[in-house]
Amino acid sequence: MIWLDTLVQGILLGGLYALFAAGLSLVFGIMRLVNLAHGDLIVFAAYLVLLGVTLLGLSPWIAALVAMPLMFGLGWLLQTVVLNRVLGKDILPPLLVTFGLSVALQNGLLEAFSADSRRIPAGALEGASLDLGLVTVGVMPLLTFASAIVVIVALNGLFYHTALGRAFRATSDDAVTAGLMGIEPKRIFAIATGLAMVVVTIAALYLGMRSNFDPAIGPARLIYAFEAVIIGGLGSLWGTLAGGVIIGVAQTFGAAVNPEWQILAGHVAFLIVMLLKPRGLFPRAVD
Amino acid sequence: MLLETRGLTANYGQFRALFGVDIAIAPGECVAIIGANGAGKSTLMRSITGILRNDAQMVLHRGEPIGALSSAEIMQRGIAMVPEGRRLFPSLTVEENLLIGGQVRRAPGPWNLDAIYDLFPILRERRRNPGTALSGGQQQMVAIGRALMSNPELLLCDEISLGLAPVVIRDIYAALPKIRAGGAAIVVVEQDIGKALAVADRVYCMMEGRVTLVANAGDVTRQQIHAAYFGEAA
Amino acid sequence: MYSLTTRTRAGIVTAIAMLVLVIVGLALPAFASRSVIQDLFFILTMLTLAQLWNLLAGYGGLVSVGQQAFVGIGAYAMFAGVILLGWNPVWAIPLGGLAALMLAIPTAYFAFRLQGAYFAIGTWVIAEVTRLLVAQWKTLGGGTGTSLPREATSNILGTDLIRALFSVREAAARDILAYWLALVLVVAVTGGIYWLLRSRLGLALSAVRDNVEAARSVGVDAGRIKWAVFLIAAAATGLTGALIFLQTARISPDAAFAVTDWTAYVIFIVVIGGIGTIEGPILGVIVFFLLRSALADYGSWYLMTLGLIAIAVMLFAPKGLWGLISARSGLHLFPVRRKLVGPKIEGGI
Repeated sequence: MIWLDTLVQGILLGGLYALFAAGLSLVFGIMRLVNLAHGDLIVFAAYLVLLGVTLLGLSPWIAALVAMPLMFGLGWLLQTVVLNRVLGKDILPPLLVTFGLSVALQNGLLEAFSADSRRIPAGALEGASLDLGLVTVGVMPLLTFASAIVVIVALNGLFYHTALGRAFRATSDDAVTAGLMGIEPKRIFAIATGLAMVVVTIAALYLGMRSNFDPAIGPARLIYAFEAVIIGGLGSLWGTLAGGVIIGVAQTFGAAVNPEWQILAGHVAFLIVMLLKPRGLFPRAVD
Repeated sequence: MLLETRGLTANYGQFRALFGVDIAIAPGECVAIIGANGAGKSTLMRSITGILRNDAQMVLHRGEPIGALSSAEIMQRGIAMVPEGRRLFPSLTVEENLLIGGQVRRAPGPWNLDAIYDLFPILRERRRNPGTALSGGQQQMVAIGRALMSNPELLLCDEISLGLAPVVIRDIYAALPKIRAGGAAIVVVEQDIGKALAVADRVYCMMEGRVTLVANAGDVTRQQIHAAYFGEAA
Repeated sequence: MYSLTTRTRAGIVTAIAMLVLVIVGLALPAFASRSVIQDLFFILTMLTLAQLWNLLAGYGGLVSVGQQAFVGIGAYAMFAGVILLGWNPVWAIPLGGLAALMLAIPTAYFAFRLQGAYFAIGTWVIAEVTRLLVAQWKTLGGGTGTSLPREATSNILGTDLIRALFSVREAAARDILAYWLALVLVVAVTGGIYWLLRSRLGLALSAVRDNVEAARSVGVDAGRIKWAVFLIAAAATGLTGALIFLQTARISPDAAFAVTDWTAYVIFIVVIGGIGTIEGPILGVIVFFLLRSALADYGSWYLMTLGLIAIAVMLFAPKGLWGLISARSGLHLFPVRRKLVGPKIEGGI
């Protein structure tokens, strides 16, 4: 059954998009920050993992594990030194700063690594597939989707069952009153961005293992990530997964009709959802 | 002195809201700050709690300058506020709203989750509800409990009777003596003069950004209050 | 007795200076080299795009990251006019404005349902969708694009006259014509924006940008104003796109809808120059051009520098270079603030 196969592939692709989007959802939800460099940060992390593999001879998984604290630090630094200084009621400054960061990152990577396509070698997993009876699925996409679920469960666990998560939610609701509770909003934002960068590293691992990447592919990942976040609704990580799946499924069905229509189909699905539900599928009560 | 302000001024852009306000609060006492809308009472509270930043020397906590500190730093010194309008966190349940009040500053004292539920029993039933799905009076109870969770030595209550029915206000104010018994000093900012005077040791009256009256609550006459509240011409 | 005016001495001096510059600009092809004309064409068209983006974002509060949709559709409409309808390219330019206007209507309908950051992303997605759809249009070259046919490029309106006047070859004549059109366009657009801001619409626009609720409470129709500004900016952007690709004479979806060229550079120009002022983009485009000339050989270093400068400007000088100058000197070359003039009032507060 071709359509079932297409559907399953689309859902699993949605897992990858959800991974792209989870970090963005976190940051957007807590501080309403539109980070236009998000896609480029994913690419940056992919190169970092690649360095771990090629220079240090690590397996991709260990390399990613090593890269995570580095990316956390980078995110923390970025928020503390740059983004915290431009956050405010006006959406333009953070938009422009992250735009500048996006361009700087892309071209920095270009200088450092050239425009050649690279790939993170995944060894035996690359072509492996699993026969589930009705459909055959690739092991990598399945792993990606499973990782997305794990990440979302972990983040939700953090958000709803820890003191830090309480602080995240309170700061997102009302940063001034959170201050009255002894919480420094800027510190919370820095931790959030650091955490987002850890998720970005996981996304980068799967991006790099699954397909070729080069310094210029950041913006496209950003668009998919944002579409997933916006479809899902502000503040809902499961919504972000739903958003990713919707785009993934739309893309695979579009591609099945005509390969040139793959990306267009994803965008059209986004536009349709936006027309029907401008605040997304599962928005929070307060915005 | 637990808390003092010296020549406190505050501006909103070009608009000056406080003109050299001096107040003092001793440990354990209950002070009322009364005045009409726009008198500057909430601005005073915001200045003390760091929402508005001032010169360091304008606000002193046990003699140390705190005027330029952030809200979080001030809160960690044991000064907690029940903000005007309650300002509960909509994304948190009642219990989480209480917990977040006490998660940053862990100080010894009588107040914890159970003690708050004993103070306001209705909250125990509503602990899992979202913070904002409660009546105004219940929200006010949560806001007070949230501020108490850090066992502050100074509790600032900004207009806790605002928008509430008289019978509810009575219940809220009934809790204040119990809070005092726990050792905290309390500042009550109010437009309701009767309630404020009933519970306070001393009273400040403000008008148009200035302190117009300082007196012991028991000594002050209605005429004095009237003059200080509304101005000489009234 | 009393009247409201925006006239200031600096403003009048600027107006005269601008007039002189335009006259000199018109005469320039007589003694400037072809590469100077080409550079000026680039500067003038980028300036036009920058003023329009500034109108949208700086004055209107509408932060669009999708204006490349209108550049692209304008350019393609002009090419369609030439290739499919056989029109002279110069007459086909207005088709660009019209097409952009028509695209702007559903765009606005969709995007205005979204707030803030959602709006920005929404405009970007629409630009992407437009690009992908246009790439399906096989008659105009599909994904790889196409060029203006020889018959069209050799018969562009006015080029014969220019060739006679300045004794240049056909390609150079095309550049000169494009340059003159760009000059007319930038004067019209800048003048139009300036006039708009001084009009009642401009006052309403400022009110909406500052505080929508307050503006509504005094009867300003915020929705209508946003529509008006968005459509006007889109149409003019479309015209500019058509003109830009008239000069290139070659088009492709990636070039016409490039987010880097038509949005990133434009935003950088406005931000570095000074958002929310008419003087800002003028200063910005000069700085941008100088940077480009200085670093042209360094490819990605140039772009990286641009990105880092944008970050630095937003951190340390959010009102841009013109903002710094204006704050120090109090200078406003294009005054839009209204003053009350008339006999002196005695006494007072």
